[in-house]
Amino acid sequence: MADQNLVENDEPLLVAKSLSKSFGRINACRDVSFSLYPGEVLAIVGESGSGKSTLLQMLSGQLAPSAGHVSYRMRDGVTRDLTTLGEAERRFLFRTDWGFVHQDPAQGLRMAVSAGANVGERLMAVGWNHYGRIRETASDWLTRVEIDVARIDDAPRTYSGGMRQRLQIARNLVTEPRLVFMDEPTGGLDVSVQARLLDLLRSLVAELNLAVIIVTHDLAVARLLSHRVMVMKGGRVIETGLTDQVLDDPREPYTQLLVSSILPP
Amino acid sequence: MTAMIDITDAGKTFTMHLQGGIELPVVRGVTFQVNPGECVVLSGPSGAGKSSILKMIFGNYRCDSGCIGIRHRGKVVDLATAEPRQVLNIRRSTIGYVSQFLRAVPRVATIDVVGEPLIANGMSRADAQARAGELLHRLNIPERLWQLPPATFSGGEQQRVNIARGFISDLPILLLDEPTASLDAANRAVVVELVAEKKRQGVAMVAIVHDDEIRHLIADRIVDVTGFAAAA
Amino acid sequence: MNAPAYNFAYLDEQTKRMIRRAILKAIAIPGYQVPFASREMPMPYGWGTGGVQVTAAILGPQDVLKVIDQGSDDTTNAISIRKFFAKTAGVATTTATDEATVIQTRHRIPETALNENQVLVYQVPIPEPLRFLEPRETETRRMHALAEYGLMHVKLYEDIARFGHIATAYAYPVKVNARYVMDPSPTPKFDNPKMDNSPALQLFGAGREKRIYAIPPYTQVVSLDFEDHPFEPYRFNAPCALCGAENSYLDEIVTDDKGGRMFVCSDTDYCEGRQAAGHHGSLSAAPYKDKAQEAANG
Repeated sequence: MADQNLVENDEPLLVAKSLSKSFGRINACRDVSFSLYPGEVLAIVGESGSGKSTLLQMLSGQLAPSAGHVSYRMRDGVTRDLTTLGEAERRFLFRTDWGFVHQDPAQGLRMAVSAGANVGERLMAVGWNHYGRIRETASDWLTRVEIDVARIDDAPRTYSGGMRQRLQIARNLVTEPRLVFMDEPTGGLDVSVQARLLDLLRSLVAELNLAVIIVTHDLAVARLLSHRVMVMKGGRVIETGLTDQVLDDPREPYTQLLVSSILPP
Repeated sequence: MTAMIDITDAGKTFTMHLQGGIELPVVRGVTFQVNPGECVVLSGPSGAGKSSILKMIFGNYRCDSGCIGIRHRGKVVDLATAEPRQVLNIRRSTIGYVSQFLRAVPRVATIDVVGEPLIANGMSRADAQARAGELLHRLNIPERLWQLPPATFSGGEQQRVNIARGFISDLPILLLDEPTASLDAANRAVVVELVAEKKRQGVAMVAIVHDDEIRHLIADRIVDVTGFAAAA
Repeated sequence: MNAPAYNFAYLDEQTKRMIRRAILKAIAIPGYQVPFASREMPMPYGWGTGGVQVTAAILGPQDVLKVIDQGSDDTTNAISIRKFFAKTAGVATTTATDEATVIQTRHRIPETALNENQVLVYQVPIPEPLRFLEPRETETRRMHALAEYGLMHVKLYEDIARFGHIATAYAYPVKVNARYVMDPSPTPKFDNPKMDNSPALQLFGAGREKRIYAIPPYTQVVSLDFEDHPFEPYRFNAPCALCGAENSYLDEIVTDDKGGRMFVCSDTDYCEGRQAAGHHGSLSAAPYKDKAQEAANG
């Protein structure tokens, strides 16, 4: 059986150990630990203020933890503590082996620059110097995220919300990252547009064997995309497990409340 | 012969925190084995916990006590204590689950919905589609529907797509939750045939079937779950 | 002629020292923008306050100053800056490129090759080449520090996507000493090759933006491009109408209101020098002896 994705004794891609963050007297995030393996999709769910965004910022090296640390297995196989990475290394990681999909595409895109250049930027940043090849790769990615290639020279400010979000995804995936962070990626979209985006994300994640850490308050998004769920409340992880386990058989009072609050599909 | 499924003294209780923390015992002392090539049918009145046991074997419901031994790639793994990652691996290469309802993927064509488990395990798309086509054919889904997403199909058609998806892979354990519930006689016969084929291939199966006739046709052994009912 | 009311070259010595320190740092890190405490000058921003401060800081009594604006020695801007230093520093001034030791310029590099004894001072409006796409100064400084220049190619990519070729014709970005990407000020890209490996020291002053940067003599300066869209200096179809030069940068002069026009060297000193040496173009006032012969030759 060709199951290269299923090796059971492989090493984790990212390990969080006892991560905490306090802002003055407020503990935004307390003692979070987990391991993420290649190809694994982890959803962090909870209400606003539960600490999930703070956690995401620490995991992606954008916010220094007050205690604990995050380590990441680089492409060369060496596992490094994120806090020991220089800024240049961290930024390089961010535009090659990592992706970050923001809720607001305007934060993740250059709104005044053409779609082709938005997708091509990461390639140019790692030294691609052939216009024809950059454009070809950008066209290819636009097709993969279901954007009409005829729109390649249009700036994303002329795009609809759903198209912008798909463009942001293409811009992130063009360097074939192994880990993508997503912060409420379907947040501001209409329900029908959301469904299409989720469907696209689902197939890309499987096809590229991406590891994903996705922050969402929408349990339906977690169910559709993730293998595992971490439920956060008051800065702590209160329940964690397989997504269908946590959602079908929630144990903690708060998780039961969250699950019971979903409208039936 | 070594059992594929070996459950010892497994128990499950729901704690309903939203209803003042009342405890809802579901099953306890669940103990039985399933051997390769054997189909065990769970019996008992509704509410006795048949579905819960099936979900516990799939790792969908967590166990509070006991042990659920699953033979996974030559080794016995206790699903009650396995890491989430391990459970996922077991589902991918050992245990299949045919539920009553198709969890439809919005825009994917029927033929790909059915072939997906094979592709996930590394088969080429063309080969997977060929096998999916064969099964859909046997289950009387007309070829003109294969390229459409199943979300728009009738209940019976969706169930047959679901069965095709469940039976397509070569997993050594299959869990069947009412596989024939809304099928006509002809398609019920196909399912019985499929189960028989799986038995010949050495697949261990646990099924819930309400139809007495089907139960007699597929069951090698019947496990009465009323004995596991937890006293409330 | 020396007006005693001013310190030599207008600025006080403390200020000049501060500017010289910035210049030294700029020379030490070729292409890097050094912040400096730009002073108010007796002219508005946009009229060369940055260049004037750099010139004031490096000028000595023995220097010979030339000032050009778009290649011309006789525009208002060039004349007033030249007079400014003649009055405040009493230095000799010239319009001849090869006689000058300090040349302050706006938007051009002289056609005559520069030598090791010369300093070229550029007036710079916007020193940051990345500003077009990244408005945050904190971010552009970080990008320079980490040599993250993918964004610069985004600008060139946009050009090709929109116009089919790199349409940036002036302020064409360069990489200095294989490290810093630099805006050469709004000189035409025609002049970019002259910056590479030049024997003269090149200093850039941005008064409003308070930045000084430099290209030391004999430093590699490469214009950015793509493999399949290489850098091409602008080429003109016709020679200069006055001196017949074929390799100089030309200005378009409208000669009447019926669409009449002529193309002449933007470097007036170069053009006059060539005419004095007997070179002529198709519209030069001097008799053009070879015209009939050339017509006969086809």
